[in-house]
Amino acid sequence: MLNPEELLRYNRQIRLPEIGEAGQEKLKSSKVLVIGAGGLGCPVLQYLTAVGVGTIGIVDFDKVDESNLQRQILYSVDDVGKLKVDCSVRKLTRQNPHVRFITYNLQLTNQNAIDIIKNYDIIVDGTDNFATRYLLNDACVLLDKPWIYGSIHRFEAQISVFNYLNKNKIKGPTYRCLFPSPPLLELEGNCSEIGVLGVLPGIVGMLQANETIKIITEIGDILSGELLILNALNLQFHTIGIERSETSLQAVPVSEAQFTKTAYGQFCNTVTKELKHEVSIEELHRLMSENRENIQLVDVREQNESPQIEELKEINIPLVEIIDKAYNIDRNKKVIIFCKSGVRSAIAIQLLQKKFGMKNLFTLKGGVNEWLRSVKNKI
Amino acid sequence: MNINVLLFGSLAEATGKSQLEINNVLDTETLRSKLLREFPKLEKYKFVIAVCKHVVKSNTILHEGDTVALLPPFAGG
Repeated sequence: MLNPEELLRYNRQIRLPEIGEAGQEKLKSSKVLVIGAGGLGCPVLQYLTAVGVGTIGIVDFDKVDESNLQRQILYSVDDVGKLKVDCSVRKLTRQNPHVRFITYNLQLTNQNAIDIIKNYDIIVDGTDNFATRYLLNDACVLLDKPWIYGSIHRFEAQISVFNYLNKNKIKGPTYRCLFPSPPLLELEGNCSEIGVLGVLPGIVGMLQANETIKIITEIGDILSGELLILNALNLQFHTIGIERSETSLQAVPVSEAQFTKTAYGQFCNTVTKELKHEVSIEELHRLMSENRENIQLVDVREQNESPQIEELKEINIPLVEIIDKAYNIDRNKKVIIFCKSGVRSAIAIQLLQKKFGMKNLFTLKGGVNEWLRSVKNKI
Repeated sequence: MNINVLLFGSLAEATGKSQLEINNVLDTETLRSKLLREFPKLEKYKFVIAVCKHVVKSNTILHEGDTVALLPPFAGG
């Protein structure tokens, strides 16, 4: 039941005949889990909170970084360095005290996903990598939950509702039905690697929140069986039909026990960072001043990708060409591979080790971003 | 026979084109090999093919004026 305060608060949407008090009560009794409180997660959380979803779970392991503020508008300058789950709940509770928040300060894994997801009706994807999306997909298939997919690449985005049981009791396609297998290597960078315009995750997150609200209140048409692609630069929207594929679904673990044994990181070629192959900025400064002739610097970003750093200029091999142009890599020097944040350089090392067994490769921890920070701090 | 090809995300970046016209391809498989010959970089990318706004999983006959979309998955969020 809605109390008088709530009736007042939600008056504008209760007035809509499609929602009414009944719809508002459905929102109040619903439980939605948002995975990731980042670019997509922030607008999703803000709107689900505002419209009065009764229980909202938030999964996030990260802390607020200064570079998040350009798009993750739940956070402010004072939040930098603090846990996203704490900062978001503090802000959201002020926005709507009628909502119950449950936080999970952790990374979603094959060990904890089932136990968390099973408590919710709908799951919203605010993740930034393939491994978690396949994991989330499989957990939702096993638990019969719909999930709302959103992802971003520079100015483009994809949105869909997966594993949704429609009114005719027909289940829609899943992420695996659309993309049966992940990219060969993470050529498809995330926002920290390839950049993102602040407003785009806002648009996408609001569309995800819109789908969530429609599912809960059972109104409108759900974006199931369709992939919406949007381009913020030319404002073109494309809708592509997708079928549920039993063949693709065979790859989903058959049981929760098997799910906990499925190696999603490995499946998606995710790089597990080995510390011994990492060089810190301080160490790089030291090596460059003491031993410059014995190290080789390899930039695996795209040609002319900014910012270009004069001191780090030696050779440039974009990640896509790393195997083809590996002959340029010195076998006898200490080779320091770098990119913007350290993701692509770690992949490059993994590929080179696999293909040529090179042992003299090191990734620059934090990449160019960290280099710039160290230079700024010195000044 | 003219086929209109739309490229999204990393595929548009790898080829430098978000839209292409390809002639004389009978089906999606010949389209794929023609694109790979023209843009060898695409070989490393995974993408699904949609013909006339519908994802196709097996080789599909193409008709004059069809629009084919090449869709890579996006990682960011």
